[in-house]
Amino acid sequence: MTEIKNVGILGAGKVGIVLAQLALKAGYHVRISGSGSVEKIAMTIETLVPGATPATNQGVVAKSDLIILAIPLSRYKNIKSKLLKGKLVIDAMNYWWETDGIREEVLDPSSTSSEQVQKYFNKSTVVKTFNHMGYHNLQEEAKPAGAENRKALFVTGDDKAAVDQVAKFVDTMGFDTVVHYDIADGIMTEPGSELFGASLTKADLQNVINHFDETDFGKKIQAEEK
Amino acid sequence: MSMVDVDKLQFGLETFGDIVSAEDGELLTAGQSIRQIVKEGQLADKLGVDVFGVGEHHRPDYSVSSPEIVLGSIASVTEHIKLATAVTVLSSDDPVRVYERFATLEGLSEGRAQVMLGRGSFTESFPLFGYDLTDYDDLFNEKLEMYSQLIKEKPITWHGKFTQSLKDQDVYPKTDYNGIETYIGIGGSPESIIRTARYGYKVILAIIGGQADRFVPYLNLYKKAAEKYNMPVQPVAVHSHGFIADDEDEAVEVAWKNIKANFDRIGLTRGWAPMSREQFDGETKVGSFYVGNPEHVAQRMARTINLMNLGRFDLVYGAGNQTAAQRERMIELYGTKVIPRVKEILSEED
Repeated sequence: MTEIKNVGILGAGKVGIVLAQLALKAGYHVRISGSGSVEKIAMTIETLVPGATPATNQGVVAKSDLIILAIPLSRYKNIKSKLLKGKLVIDAMNYWWETDGIREEVLDPSSTSSEQVQKYFNKSTVVKTFNHMGYHNLQEEAKPAGAENRKALFVTGDDKAAVDQVAKFVDTMGFDTVVHYDIADGIMTEPGSELFGASLTKADLQNVINHFDETDFGKKIQAEEK
Repeated sequence: MSMVDVDKLQFGLETFGDIVSAEDGELLTAGQSIRQIVKEGQLADKLGVDVFGVGEHHRPDYSVSSPEIVLGSIASVTEHIKLATAVTVLSSDDPVRVYERFATLEGLSEGRAQVMLGRGSFTESFPLFGYDLTDYDDLFNEKLEMYSQLIKEKPITWHGKFTQSLKDQDVYPKTDYNGIETYIGIGGSPESIIRTARYGYKVILAIIGGQADRFVPYLNLYKKAAEKYNMPVQPVAVHSHGFIADDEDEAVEVAWKNIKANFDRIGLTRGWAPMSREQFDGETKVGSFYVGNPEHVAQRMARTINLMNLGRFDLVYGAGNQTAAQRERMIELYGTKVIPRVKEILSEED
């Protein structure tokens, strides 16, 4: 597996910018694209993430070892599936009705959002993380490994090696991890879950994940599956 | 060294119109809550607070969906205080109506009307007025452009996509003063900062979570953008939640109960987890809740004002279901103790 040196971020909104700041601080080369032209985000990037390179989607993807999707979920299909062919991809997105509109128009109700993202980018390896902590918590809670009260992120995907590699990357970005090897488990951190918007330590995060089926949200999901 | 011009510094109070609680915990009606706001606006004016802002919400936990009517009522019982919306959800409004309402308020208040335009952090107004949330950005962009032409108070010709088309159409009433003062409420989107600079409007940052420090780079972005578009760099305002009581512990407990209830209720419809005590304590110690006795709140406000070189600070009061006594005492402490103390701290640093 390629060593991660170059991080590419698709999305220059609140989450994309915070992740770019963290990646830069962790020593990666960072390229970032927005929904419009490179010129449109140039001043923003130069001011808020000095050191990162604004680029087109193509420019970001071509030169990056890892791609982070930080765009509204309703727009992921605006990115051509083959553009990310062969890439390791982090899905930091969630369904969020305020920006995405009606869920049924964005997602097939029979599966989770990350399953659908993985299915769409079928030539890429998708790992879900960075999606359940608020963007300013991501910015403020990032701490070096071993730091007191360090917070943890949930990392999950179907490809074990990819998940382990992303978990290492998340650690360099400033967070402990709780790891699963099933992309469908991304549901455990989606909006409505006990973990969405929460900042927890590894032990606390692990505890909620282990008892997911007993949470209100977990029960609701189980009931829907039956 | 403080760069802040203490003499020009403005202090505001804003309420979203949360339903007020009676002493026994029963909730008052929306009508009673609205009349309480008018009383509070009058009190704030008497105490020399510079701005009084009222939000627009279309939910059961808030009493105000038509802030300009409430402000109009406050206008008739006050003399100096500026009357603002916090915010007017322009995306789901009609720019012509927005102009008309504020021009009316401008007349009623003898030039004290102030509009804060926003895309809205709540979304109930979109389906309510027949708009599609997926047009969120386009709606705001188009309506802001239309608004910017309307407030010139000259006939306009306009081709609208989401708005009505107009041909050489004038709008009324005309204002007697220097036009309507306009702020844009910004939640942290870099694009919004650049857009505001491009129009030359004033920025009010809604800092409702986390440390104010993270917004410092945004101020640089605002300056750079203003320079690029040849627009003046206006003093920047911040709005954050707060609660003040005579006793520190009492303030913290009242705020914990009420702010948590308020945030959790909103979280329920949006899918975020309930607020933890750790999160709340973080917000009151170093984050964006200004909670405590007057000295504590003054110290924290002074830090933020100094850090960001602000021209104005608005404290959002009344979150959750506070009693009229708690709300009024907070306003008194803000006017009589916090504001003078903030000015004192900032002058000492000079």
